[in-house]
Amino acid sequence: MFRGVLEAISVWAIPLVVAGVPLYALTRKVKVYPVFVEGAKEGFQVAVRVIPPLVAVVVALGMLRASGAMEGLAALLAPVTSRIGIPASVLPMVLVRPLSGGAALGVVADVLRSEGPDSYAGRLASVMAGSTETTFYVLAVYFGAVGVTRYRQALPAALLADLAGFAASVVAVRFLFGP
Amino acid sequence: MSVIWVLLLVASVVVAAVTGRMVALPGAIAESAGRAVSLSLGLVGILALWMGLMKVAEESGIVRSLGRLARPVLRRLFPSVPADSPAMGAMTMNIAANMLGLGNAATPFGIKAMEELERVNPDPGTATDAQALFCALNTASIQLIPASVIALRAAAGARQPADILGATLLASTCATIAAIASAWALRRLFRSSPPQGPPRV
Repeated sequence: MFRGVLEAISVWAIPLVVAGVPLYALTRKVKVYPVFVEGAKEGFQVAVRVIPPLVAVVVALGMLRASGAMEGLAALLAPVTSRIGIPASVLPMVLVRPLSGGAALGVVADVLRSEGPDSYAGRLASVMAGSTETTFYVLAVYFGAVGVTRYRQALPAALLADLAGFAASVVAVRFLFGP
Repeated sequence: MSVIWVLLLVASVVVAAVTGRMVALPGAIAESAGRAVSLSLGLVGILALWMGLMKVAEESGIVRSLGRLARPVLRRLFPSVPADSPAMGAMTMNIAANMLGLGNAATPFGIKAMEELERVNPDPGTATDAQALFCALNTASIQLIPASVIALRAAAGARQPADILGATLLASTCATIAAIASAWALRRLFRSSPPQGPPRV
């Protein structure tokens, strides 16, 4: 029932907003069509403005992954993290999640296949992926769009939030499903 | 960011030298640079659509009423942002879209919010406390529906693909609290050149 409601929301929300906002605007006597086109023009400019910072971040992260640093770090951390409830198969998620959304979903798919979706590792990987974001990508896009190059506390705060999300995932999955 | 960026680049080269993977680097560099462009160009259509809708919502007063609705919470989180700033509405729509797992719609709202925040930035180019907190919030947003993960679990044959909803809500709430707390706690460590907020009279 609860699940049905949530699924309905995720299907209906976008079409309803796409149709509802212009409809409401029309009743408020807004010149909907020219206003929409005017706003949409901005979308292209933003996408172009985001390219340079995104190139910088994506190249650095691509190099880091190709260099084997992630595997090295995983091997180094595995003995410690497996003790606090993060199996070796889920550890790559912790390392890759802030860097690449695609890679993180790849880790989830991998764990689901090898250990099953209803296993502790499968659930933990799912929750970790669902509760955090691709930090470096988000920062590069948002700050890049407005030309901010000094991020100040944004990066450490975002990474600390990721860390808290991972820790809470372990606790939540253990508490709700058992180890 | 300069230091972190150089650190990432140098660390990759050093690690590649140690692990003997230097061969893979040139390919990775070229491939990533290309992917960055296709990532941003891939955003064009969806950005144009939502930026257009955002403008319609703005003109018809929806953004302002949404901002007013969320003002009690947002005013406390972003004390330096004028209460009547269009940033408030954009941030509300961004947070709502994020919670529903509508990442594609959330990004344009977020960019709009960042633009409005940049407009009141006394030192353009350097993040304000509000921008830093807003971005940190976006990297850890409260998730009601992690749609892509649920789809993956369903494809893998989970008995109840969505049974991780509760745990995800819990974990992402913790991440959000951590984002707010650490952005607030760290703000003095990263000085902004001119004093922030409206000048005191």
